[in-house]
Amino acid sequence: MSTFAELLLNGLSMGSVYALIALGFVVIFRATEVVNFAHASLLLAGGYLTASLHDDLGFWPALAVGVAGAAVVGAAVEFCVMRRYRGQDHSVLAIVTIGVDILLTTELTRRLGTDVLPLGDPWGDSVLTVGSVSIAHTRVAAFVTAALLIGLFLAAFRYTSWGVAMRAAAESPETAALMGVRLGRVSLGAWAVAGALAAVAALFLTVFPTPGLERATSLAALKAFPAAILGGLDSTTGALVGGLVVGVTESLATGYQSDLTFLGRGLGDLAPYLVMTAILLIRPAGLFGTKELARV
Amino acid sequence: MSEVPVSEARTSSGRRSLKRPPGQTARTFLKRPRAYAWAAGSVLLLALPFYLDRFWLQAGLFAMAAAIGAIGINLLTGATGQLSMGHAFFLAVGAYGYCVFAGEGDGLTGLGLPTWLAAVLAVLLAGVAGGLFSPIAGRLRGAYLGIATLALIFIGQHVLFNAGDLTGGSNGRAVPPLSVFGLTFDDREAVVAAVPFGSAEKLWYAGLVLLLGCGLFARGVLRGRPGRALNAIRDHRVAAGVLGVPVARYRAGVFVLSSMYAGLAGVLLALVFQRTVPDYFGMTLSLEYLAMIVIGGLGSVAGAVAGAVLVSLLPQLLTRYSEALPLVSAPGTGGIAPGEASRYLYGAAVVAVVLFLPGGLISVAARRPRSTPGEEA
Repeated sequence: MSTFAELLLNGLSMGSVYALIALGFVVIFRATEVVNFAHASLLLAGGYLTASLHDDLGFWPALAVGVAGAAVVGAAVEFCVMRRYRGQDHSVLAIVTIGVDILLTTELTRRLGTDVLPLGDPWGDSVLTVGSVSIAHTRVAAFVTAALLIGLFLAAFRYTSWGVAMRAAAESPETAALMGVRLGRVSLGAWAVAGALAAVAALFLTVFPTPGLERATSLAALKAFPAAILGGLDSTTGALVGGLVVGVTESLATGYQSDLTFLGRGLGDLAPYLVMTAILLIRPAGLFGTKELARV
Repeated sequence: MSEVPVSEARTSSGRRSLKRPPGQTARTFLKRPRAYAWAAGSVLLLALPFYLDRFWLQAGLFAMAAAIGAIGINLLTGATGQLSMGHAFFLAVGAYGYCVFAGEGDGLTGLGLPTWLAAVLAVLLAGVAGGLFSPIAGRLRGAYLGIATLALIFIGQHVLFNAGDLTGGSNGRAVPPLSVFGLTFDDREAVVAAVPFGSAEKLWYAGLVLLLGCGLFARGVLRGRPGRALNAIRDHRVAAGVLGVPVARYRAGVFVLSSMYAGLAGVLLALVFQRTVPDYFGMTLSLEYLAMIVIGGLGSVAGAVAGAVLVSLLPQLLTRYSEALPLVSAPGTGGIAPGEASRYLYGAAVVAVVLFLPGGLISVAARRPRSTPGEEA
C-alpha cells in the first residue's frame, strides 16, 4: 500500500510539472491558434541557461536568468518568425514551429553533447518521510511550486486586464482588435509566459531522482503534448487534468513494470501516449476541449 | 469562401479542355521545352549507374526512398492539411515487415516467403497499420492529428526494442536481398557494358521504376476527383462536407494511402541499408519528412521529390566534403558535425520557405511555365 501511495504522490508531483508545460502550450494555442511544436526546445533552452550559469551566479539568480531567458527566446520566436507569416493557415504555422524546433534542439543538443549537467538545486537528494511513505524533497518542491504558479497564472488570467485581453483575443480576434486589444502584444505575452513556465518545469524535470539536464530531457518534455491534447487543446482545466493523468500513469506504469514484464521494458515512457490514444478514441476533442460545432 | 474549391475546379478543368483537345496532345507535347527536359533527365538518371561510385548511388537511392515517402506524406499534409509526426513508424513497419515476411534462418521469426511477395505484403501491412489508426486519423484535424501521431513513434520504438523475436532488438535485423523474376538485387556482381553491377546499381533501376509509379499514381489521385475532395477538405472542411465529400472517410483513406507510401519507402530503405536498426526510425526521421515537403512545396508531387532529394542528399554532401567546408568538421572533433550542419540548414530552410516562399522551391521552378497558358505544375 505504501508503494502505491508513494507512486501516486510522485505521479501527482510529476503531473503538476507536466501541467506547467502543457499550460504554456495551451496558452499559446488559445492566444494565437498555433500548435507550438517548439515547446520542448524552449524548455531545453531555459534548463540549459540555468545549468550553465548556476556555478557562477548561484542557484536562484541562475534560475531567474533561465526563466527570463526562456521567456525572451519564446518572445523572440513569436516576434521574428510567427509575426512575419502573412498567410491564414494555422497548420502551416505549426510546421514553422517544427522548423524552429529543429534549429533550437540541434543547437542545444550540440552544446550539451553527451554531458549530464546538474542544475545546482538546494534540495539535493534528501527525502521526506511521513509514516511509511517517503518522498523526495524535490518532488514536494515541484508540486508546491507548480501549484503556486498555476494558481497565480489562473488568477491573472481571470482578473487582470492582461488576462481579459488574452481571453478576448482567444474568443474573437477581430472583435478584440476593434475593442483596442493589441493582438501582437497578446501573442508576444503568451509566448513569453509559455517560455517562462517551461523553464521552471525544466528545473523540476532534471532534479533528483533524474540525473540532470541531458539530451533526453527534451523527450521527457514531449510528454506535455499528450497531457495538453488529452485534456483538450483549448482548455486550461484540461491542461491541468491532462498533466496529472500523464504524471500518475507514467509513475504507476514505471513502478509496477516488474509485474508487467510481458509488455517489455520502458513501459513508463509509453504509457502516457497509450492513455492519450485511448481517450482520443472515445473523445476526439479531449476531456475538456470544446466540441467543434459548425454552423452553416 | 465556401465556393472557392468548386469554382477553381471548374475553371481549371474547363480551361484545360479548351486549350488541349485530345487529338493535339502529342503535337503540343513535342513543342514543349518541358518534354525535352524530361527526356534529358531520364536519360541522365538511367546512365548514372555506369559512371557513379557506390557512395553516390546509395545517396541517390536514399533520396529515391525518401521521395516515395515524401510523396505519401505530401498527400496527407500538403493536399489534405492533416499533419503527421508518425511517419517514421510506418517506414519501420514497411522495413521490418519485409524482413519478417522474407527472412529465414537467422534465428529470428521469419516466414521465408518469396521476397517480391514479402515486399508487397509489407506495404499492405503498413496500410493496415494506418487503417488501425484511422478512427483517430479520420476524426482529428490538422495539428491535433500531429500530436496524436506522436504516439505512433513511441509505440513503434517500444515495439522495435522489445519484440526482439521479430525485430532483433537494438541490434536490428539483416535484410534479405530482393529478387524478382529470377533477378536478385544482391552483391553478386553481374557485368553490364564493362561496369560491375552490384546491389546499388541494380536497385537504382528498381528505385527509379518505383518512384515513377508512385509519382504518377499520386499525380492521378491529386488531379482527379479524390484530389479535389482532399483539397476541399484542407481549404474548408464544412464546405467540403456540405458538397457531399465524406470528410472523415477521405481523411482516413488518405492516411492509409500515405502510410502505404511510407511502407514502400521503408522497404526500399531496408534494401539499400541491408540492415534495419530501430534507432533510425525515431522522431528525427518524421521531422525530416515534414521538412522535405515544406521545403519542396506542399501539395505537389514534384515538390515532394525536390524536397526529398535536397534534405536527404544534404548530410551526405556535407559528410563527403566536410574538409573543404568552413565550420563543418568530422564528428567528435569539436566543430559542427555534418549531420548537425544539415539539420541547421534544413531547419532554417523550413522557416525561410514558409515565410518568404510559401509555395516551396517548386514554385520557383513553376513560375516561368505558368506564364504560358494551359500549363500547371
